[in-house]
Amino acid sequence: MGKDEARDAVGDYRYGFHDPENAVIKFDKGISEQVVRDISALKNEPEWMTEIRVKAYHHYVERPMPDWGNMGLLNSIDFDAVTYFLKSSSGTAKDWDDVPEDIKNTFDRLGIPDAEQKWLGGVTAQYESEAVYHSIREDLEKQGVLFYDMDSGLREHEDIVREYFCSVIPYSDNKFSALNTAVWSGGSFIYVPKGVHVELPVQAYFRINSENMGQFERTLIIADEGSSIQYVEGCTAPTFSTDSLHSAVVELIAMKGATIRYTTIQNWSTNVYNLVTKRGVAYENATIEWIDGNIGSKLTMKYPSVILRGEGAHAEVISVAYSGEGQHQDAGSKVIHLAANTTSNVLSKSISKNGGRSSYRGLVKVSPKAHNCKINVVCDALLLDENSRSDTYPTMEVANSSCRVEHEASVSKVSGDQLFYLMSRGHSEAEAMGMIINGFFEPFTRELPMEYAVELNRLLEIEMEGAIG
Amino acid sequence: MAEELLKIIDLEVSVDGVKILKGLSLRIKSGEVHAIMGRNGSGKSTLAFVLMGHPAYEITKGSVTFRGKPLEELNVFERARAGMFLSFQYPQAIPGVQVGKFLRKSVQAVRGSAAGSAREFRTELNQAMESLGVDRSFLSRYVNDGFSGGEKKRLEILQMLLLHPQLVILDETDSGLDIDALRTVAEGINEAAKTAGCLVITHYQRLLDYVKPDFVHIMLDGKLVKSGGAELALEVERQGYEWIEAEVA
Repeated sequence: MGKDEARDAVGDYRYGFHDPENAVIKFDKGISEQVVRDISALKNEPEWMTEIRVKAYHHYVERPMPDWGNMGLLNSIDFDAVTYFLKSSSGTAKDWDDVPEDIKNTFDRLGIPDAEQKWLGGVTAQYESEAVYHSIREDLEKQGVLFYDMDSGLREHEDIVREYFCSVIPYSDNKFSALNTAVWSGGSFIYVPKGVHVELPVQAYFRINSENMGQFERTLIIADEGSSIQYVEGCTAPTFSTDSLHSAVVELIAMKGATIRYTTIQNWSTNVYNLVTKRGVAYENATIEWIDGNIGSKLTMKYPSVILRGEGAHAEVISVAYSGEGQHQDAGSKVIHLAANTTSNVLSKSISKNGGRSSYRGLVKVSPKAHNCKINVVCDALLLDENSRSDTYPTMEVANSSCRVEHEASVSKVSGDQLFYLMSRGHSEAEAMGMIINGFFEPFTRELPMEYAVELNRLLEIEMEGAIG
Repeated sequence: MAEELLKIIDLEVSVDGVKILKGLSLRIKSGEVHAIMGRNGSGKSTLAFVLMGHPAYEITKGSVTFRGKPLEELNVFERARAGMFLSFQYPQAIPGVQVGKFLRKSVQAVRGSAAGSAREFRTELNQAMESLGVDRSFLSRYVNDGFSGGEKKRLEILQMLLLHPQLVILDETDSGLDIDALRTVAEGINEAAKTAGCLVITHYQRLLDYVKPDFVHIMLDGKLVKSGGAELALEVERQGYEWIEAEVA
């Protein structure tokens, strides 16, 4: 595909379109205890949930903004201008044909129903505050796999939700986990029974369509003993002149011997604040893997975490961040080793271009009881020009001398000789640059389902087309 | 009649303001093998880089045309697409880019609509790899990443065979090769030289035992000072460069 063709077909940000806003219910802008109670009442929630929401709301109000990270951008968020709840459809459709026409158009343009047919075990599509479409393959349902949007999950399996909700991330964890707990809506609820392996990934797709919208989905995944599941989420939004806010909370629980892989391709438009708390707890011999790609958004602050609670548990965090003009990706990971013989592997890669800024913020903590742990942390940054910036803030708190800890960090630039070499093989400068950065992200890309890998490579190549005249 | 591929007239080239090539002239027709010999620092690699269009090398005087077209009008990748190929002395590593995919993309970029189908490419690739004694595991490795010197040079020659160039510039392709590798690499060059014009840059005669040059040129201080047939290379091998220096002085 030629350069102009590519740009015509895809645009600088191909998901930047928006469809007319057709709200069924839209709350006034801003947040108050009443807004929180109204959301809960509207959803007909049990009282305990209302109470957690209200407590979380008060904590959110009292909790100061973080005094670290990009405080300039954080403090520029106008929380009173945000719409905290917007319902665009009267219910969650199980059949694609029942999704309202305008919303269906949006997801058709994003290729969602297509992907479901081809390679997914289940899909949930969230539009603004609520899921508009949800389906799960019959065979998974028969094996007892529970896969709901979070609101339905609470209605249908209140006991499980009540046991685990806020168990990994208390609402008081940080200001944004408090905000999410107060106004959460949508997200996924998954329970995988003992010994069940969900072979095909299940996918959630999050779409913000309205200006000044706040999306606060809440996801809870429980993999019971010896089970496994792969969850993939994608997110996009239109390009508006004013900012939107996305603040999710994701809690993962991997029981003894279970494996959860959680893959994110975050491709918000560059007017979205993306402030997300993601954490999993892994019991004996369990594995939690965060495959986390941050391409879009204005400011992302997100540090997928794993608490290794049981002996022999393993954490894998592979993340990439791409920061272009006006973007700051403040991302990283946290791994807490609480038990013996636990292992963790963290690989973080970032590319900064056109004044973009990437920060790696990582924590590795080893408790005195966690003997014989193995920890490996690698951070690589690639700077494409002089105006861009990369910082690394690694913290290691190791209270056990029997652990093996390895940490490597590098910052590099694309060399003129690499470009010359590739160009001498017939590739234009932009194509050569695209090859180099796709190669740089390859350790991440190869972990993705193929459709996502192809999409990501194309996305980055187009970024490079825009960069070089 | 063989086509005149490369015409260099009175070429002067500077790097960072230092003049390296000082009035070099050379003509290469298709099917001809030209060897340029000279000591380290005489300007041999500069000639290779400037022909391929490295941005650090500035032409201050003279002209170069490839198949009648002034090279200054062509960007690096356009020169490759026009049929020029440079085998690098120090090929660059491109981590994360698999050899197999890289070769396919490069063939598509250079040969365009003549690149053929994926199946045709695989057949051609398999033949070329076999002729060079390259293992299939090569294809899933990253381009030149962690390669030995010999592996890098084999990958260069593999690319040369697949890209079907009309003019091949080989910059110190023999350095770092053991005798078996040297022989297979030379066979690759001879294969290409059946149709292409070849410019073999070396400071040993070694490679020329296997790749027989039609012309040998001696480079001294940025100029070609003496030309002859294959026997000139043997003479240099026996006596060194001093007698030529004396002759020129």
